[in-house]
Amino acid sequence: MSQSADLNIDHVAHLARLALTPEEKATFAQQLGDVLHHIEQLETVDVTGVEPTAHAAPVFNVWADDVVQAGLPVELALKNAPSQRDHMVVVPKVVE
Amino acid sequence: MSSEFFFQSITQLAAALEGKTLSSIELTRAVVARTKAVEGRVHAFNSVDEPDALAQAAESDARRAAGQARGPLDGIPIGLKDVIAVAGQPLTASSKMLANFVSPYDATVTAKLKNAGAVLWGRLNCDEFAMGSSTENSAFGPTHNPWDLTRVPGGSSGGSAAALAAGEVLAALGSDTGGSIRQPAALCGVVGLKPTYGLVSRYGLIAFASSLDQIGPFARTVEDAAIVLGAIAGHDERDSTSFKTEIPDYRAELKKRTGPWRLGIPKEYFADGLDPEIGAAVEQAIAFYKKLGCEIKEVSLPHTRYCLDTYYVIATAEASSNLARYDGIRYGHRSKNATDIVDLYFQSRAEGFGAEVKRRIILGTYVLSSGYYDAYYLRAQKVRTLIRNDFLAAFREVDALITPTSPMPAFKIGEKADPLALYLCDIYTIGVNLAGLPGINVPCGFTKSGLPIGAQIIGQPFRESELLAVAQAYEQAHDWKTKMPSL
Repeated sequence: MSQSADLNIDHVAHLARLALTPEEKATFAQQLGDVLHHIEQLETVDVTGVEPTAHAAPVFNVWADDVVQAGLPVELALKNAPSQRDHMVVVPKVVE
Repeated sequence: MSSEFFFQSITQLAAALEGKTLSSIELTRAVVARTKAVEGRVHAFNSVDEPDALAQAAESDARRAAGQARGPLDGIPIGLKDVIAVAGQPLTASSKMLANFVSPYDATVTAKLKNAGAVLWGRLNCDEFAMGSSTENSAFGPTHNPWDLTRVPGGSSGGSAAALAAGEVLAALGSDTGGSIRQPAALCGVVGLKPTYGLVSRYGLIAFASSLDQIGPFARTVEDAAIVLGAIAGHDERDSTSFKTEIPDYRAELKKRTGPWRLGIPKEYFADGLDPEIGAAVEQAIAFYKKLGCEIKEVSLPHTRYCLDTYYVIATAEASSNLARYDGIRYGHRSKNATDIVDLYFQSRAEGFGAEVKRRIILGTYVLSSGYYDAYYLRAQKVRTLIRNDFLAAFREVDALITPTSPMPAFKIGEKADPLALYLCDIYTIGVNLAGLPGINVPCGFTKSGLPIGAQIIGQPFRESELLAVAQAYEQAHDWKTKMPSL
């Protein structure tokens, strides 16, 4: 995992849709470099033949009956929308 | 009865309410007055709603008068960490992102507490999106430790722990992803329980790392924690990882389970970096169990040294995915400085999130990104299996494990500026989350300078009754819980 040196913060911030200031980029690159350096010791663990654990709950394939249930009323669902009109969320124009 | 209702246990107060020597209105007024008296110094709450709390208390008294009281929590003021939804109340996750958000519905635990008759009092401060170990990452300012106001209460559920220690609530709910209930409980000298993953529904909990998050109680006594746990536990269709299991009467079970137990001491948890006063206090707790007739056995959890790294890969990966929903569109902060829709995402997130949240989103996005997924995320999930297997192997020999909860007592606000130094606060608690086990903090003394010390007891999956009984055996033989901070 010696790749941590190439943590390309611009690329990752773009993937995360997060605008960072030049100061944030410099600070995070240094701090996360330290953290990634620490994380590199995972490389020394022998995981041959080990199954990954996604979560520790002993439940698998949970099914729900296919029945219509009442959801949130529109007014409540839109209550926290930054901008709304006619039961819709208003966003900047996305098509010309 | 003492005028200081706010320092009593739920068990004591429930008896007074039942005996009608106390009303919920009187109790709630006392808690409200106490909050007003100390909150300026502690800052445990993000918001309170006094008329709402008093209305709930009046309803509780009316139920009781009509002979319809609902059990030991009816009329008891309980606080909720500000990541748990209460319909019609603010829900901020201590973030600018959700500064104006109002919950459209109740979390399952909220509905259950309401059904039990509890008086829901206030939204408790925490690290932003529950990311941190000191409550300094709150967008609304840090919470102060009631035992020493210049120090942190721990985190991320620092407001829950501090409010309880300061007498501003009689119990509280927190959430624990890597120690966020147990560590602040240790630093504030109260009981804090993280249940087995899957025992308590996460529906209505703001997601941080979904495979690790679990809601649990803070309480003055183990018995109080058992009462609150009994009220919130149980299968919920709306959380697909919640487990179908019978919920025992935890309080009644406490009386039936008297030990002795086989207790394991994981040697890796007493290594370098442990504060000597904490080490000595936990050793004394172990000596107590030995005197009680318990078999004490040294065990090894060989992958302990990889817990921190495994956690910070998995937790940040899940966080980066969970927090992708905050895009400024349907709810939450929306930037006024964006040039188009894509820029709206970038700017809203930049303006809405604090530094630690941004750091974790970046780290999580990185470990999931193309070319790094196998090396970091998949590998961490495999190491997680080894960590869980360590615990399960130890539990073939012992009933529970005893460790320190935190390697250090409460530290000064502002003392740990380096993220990695702060991450090390969780070294004894995160293994429990990775393995999905229940863990409890039990107060076990004070440092020479008067700061609380906690021991962590780790139990087997879905065997909270046993875990609580082990904890109570120690608690009842010591009087740490009678000591309160002077504010």
